[in-house]
Amino acid sequence: MTATTWKHKDLLGIQELTAAEINEVLDTAAAFKEVGDRAVKKVPSLRGKTMVNLFIEPSTRTRTSFELAAKRLSADVINITTTASSLVKGETLKDTALNLQALNVDIIVIRHSAAGAAHFLSRLLHASVINAGDGAHEHPTQALLDAFTIREKKGRIAGLNVTILGDILYSRVARSNIWLLTKLGAHVTLAGPSTLVPRVFEEFGCRVTYDIDEAIRDADVINLLRIQHERQRQTMFPSIGEYTAMFGLSKERFARTKPDAMIMHPGPINRGVEIDSEIADCGRSVILEQVTNGLAVRMAVLFLCAGRRNATEGTVGVRWSSNADG
Amino acid sequence: MIDPANNVDEVRDVFVVDGKIASAPATAAEVIDATGKLVAPGLIDMHVHLREPGRGDKETIETGTRCAARGGFTSVVCMPNTTPAADNTGTIAFIKQRATEAACVTVFPTGAITKELKGEELAPIGSLKKAGVVAITDDGRCVQNNELMRRAVEYSKMFDLPVLDHCQDYNLVADGVMNEGHWSTALGLRGWPAIGEDVIVARNILIAEQTDWHIHCQHISSARSVELIRQAKKRGVKISGEACPHHFTLTEACVKDYDTNYKMNPPLRTERDRDALLAGLADGTLEIIASDHAPHCSYEKEVEFDHAPFGIIGLETELALSLELVRKKVLDIRSLVEKFTVNPARLLRLKKGTLSAGADADITIIDPEREWTYDVAQSASKSRNTPFNGWNFRGCAMATIVRGEIIWRGNGPG
Repeated sequence: MTATTWKHKDLLGIQELTAAEINEVLDTAAAFKEVGDRAVKKVPSLRGKTMVNLFIEPSTRTRTSFELAAKRLSADVINITTTASSLVKGETLKDTALNLQALNVDIIVIRHSAAGAAHFLSRLLHASVINAGDGAHEHPTQALLDAFTIREKKGRIAGLNVTILGDILYSRVARSNIWLLTKLGAHVTLAGPSTLVPRVFEEFGCRVTYDIDEAIRDADVINLLRIQHERQRQTMFPSIGEYTAMFGLSKERFARTKPDAMIMHPGPINRGVEIDSEIADCGRSVILEQVTNGLAVRMAVLFLCAGRRNATEGTVGVRWSSNADG
Repeated sequence: MIDPANNVDEVRDVFVVDGKIASAPATAAEVIDATGKLVAPGLIDMHVHLREPGRGDKETIETGTRCAARGGFTSVVCMPNTTPAADNTGTIAFIKQRATEAACVTVFPTGAITKELKGEELAPIGSLKKAGVVAITDDGRCVQNNELMRRAVEYSKMFDLPVLDHCQDYNLVADGVMNEGHWSTALGLRGWPAIGEDVIVARNILIAEQTDWHIHCQHISSARSVELIRQAKKRGVKISGEACPHHFTLTEACVKDYDTNYKMNPPLRTERDRDALLAGLADGTLEIIASDHAPHCSYEKEVEFDHAPFGIIGLETELALSLELVRKKVLDIRSLVEKFTVNPARLLRLKKGTLSAGADADITIIDPEREWTYDVAQSASKSRNTPFNGWNFRGCAMATIVRGEIIWRGNGPG
């Protein structure tokens, strides 16, 4: 694999990417991760660039991560959140975006409750558009940081059994993970209530099961998703209590997993609902490492989409790692 | 000349005198040479939204009927979801007045089933009939209360008024924006499941059977709904269905780039559903083709997929998309003409849709081979919301004649 695979100005989703492109992001992230350990946590890759965090749906984790990633790359960052934005005054997303373009913004990171919002912007704008989560559609940087974490911990992705457990139907994290993991050759199992894990997901190369014990028995990685109350219709399952009883990762269930099964969660976690509180904090949980890796992955994404047009400076400040597992 | 009402399909002259079809020519008449073309009764589109009163920025009776003329239609039936809604005789009088002043084709209004289309109380259906509506419908909405729907149908029967229904169960459909299935799952868009249509079609069949009165199911999109109607018709239930060109031409896969010109209600469905619509058109289960012409401003459509209004304009592309069915041998030309003429005329008791001597001289001359490209920038509509912009078509109306007056001559709508 060469380091010149990436040709996109935008990152809209994982579905559009090839395995080689995904690996390039992961390799680039590995190089950037080292920056976070330095005394001076900054490289000049995006010096002179302006990035807007356009968050039209609440988020703390992802917004902070993108902001920090951009700052470590020396970009200038503006945050626009839904309360601060003119969208509440009835301006359309198109007009908001064109106004940002008129200010010569280089990168727009968008989080939006409507699926396809990032695609919509990318068709309108010259700036790089990075999807930070669009409705129930995709959350590509989350899937990339999940993959980065798996690869770092397990040394590979191909051939692993990855079980994604919980609210799949309304989860953009699940979709991006499904595209990514299947492209890189993992065996993906989806489990949860039948109303939230419809069989139609089998058409995307996944296995669907409603037997949680069977779903986690052979898993190398268990990725837990929270219940997406904000996107869900009210009729999907009886109660949180029943969800926890039927599908929560309890200590008893955890005891029956493989001894090296790794626990992941995109956050925010609901302790005592989808995951037992102690399991979230145990040695096999990589939940906080995911957050750390998220920063490196987002630096890589910003750099690949918008940074290399700074090539004359030649000051990327990272080494290209040769390859990982291809 | 094709005149299904009189079982005519032969090469012959059509004479027009004083706005009526005549059996012999007038002495000094204009002659249109339609050799090699099809001369049909003026086409009827029984499902259009003209947006007037209330949303003249989307469309007006003038612009909407000009679209109709270009598309080969001499009569349109307009839906009552205007602002205010056509749930009162004043609004019907206004529509008729505006049509007299500004429409180039005949406009037949429909009235609401319920006040403000809210599905709560019956509109003054008898008064609406006296004011001139040809049917009642809450189109765009669907009466959810089965008891109220039953009474609406029973009551309308007394006035010989058919009931048209937009079939959508609100609980099953909820906030769905596209067909529920493979593509909604891949795209993360909320599903509008076919069963949300089927349940209401089944409900309507039972109510039509119970009341022995006519319910017409608008813009059928699902395979199971077609089958439900087919079976009900076999046992003589007064039920019927219509199909729209976008539903029998496109599928849900078109939504893949979140283009809101593929967002309609009911939504585009699967290939299996599309094939079922074609089968339903072929065997007569779906006896009417209509456009559901639904203009929206560009700024309303150029938004997130979730936030865009449903619907597309359709009057100018409808005939060409339907002629494709003849080329694909789904329908013969006579059945196609029936679905645009005698069938809607019979359902709505319109004195239209035939070339019998003495009838209004509403005539559409179709050039079935003329090739043209749709450029929506040239559309007569005030709106531009179509997925068919840039499509190459074969077949168009070369002349549209209303009561003997030539209102459109051309080689394709634009």
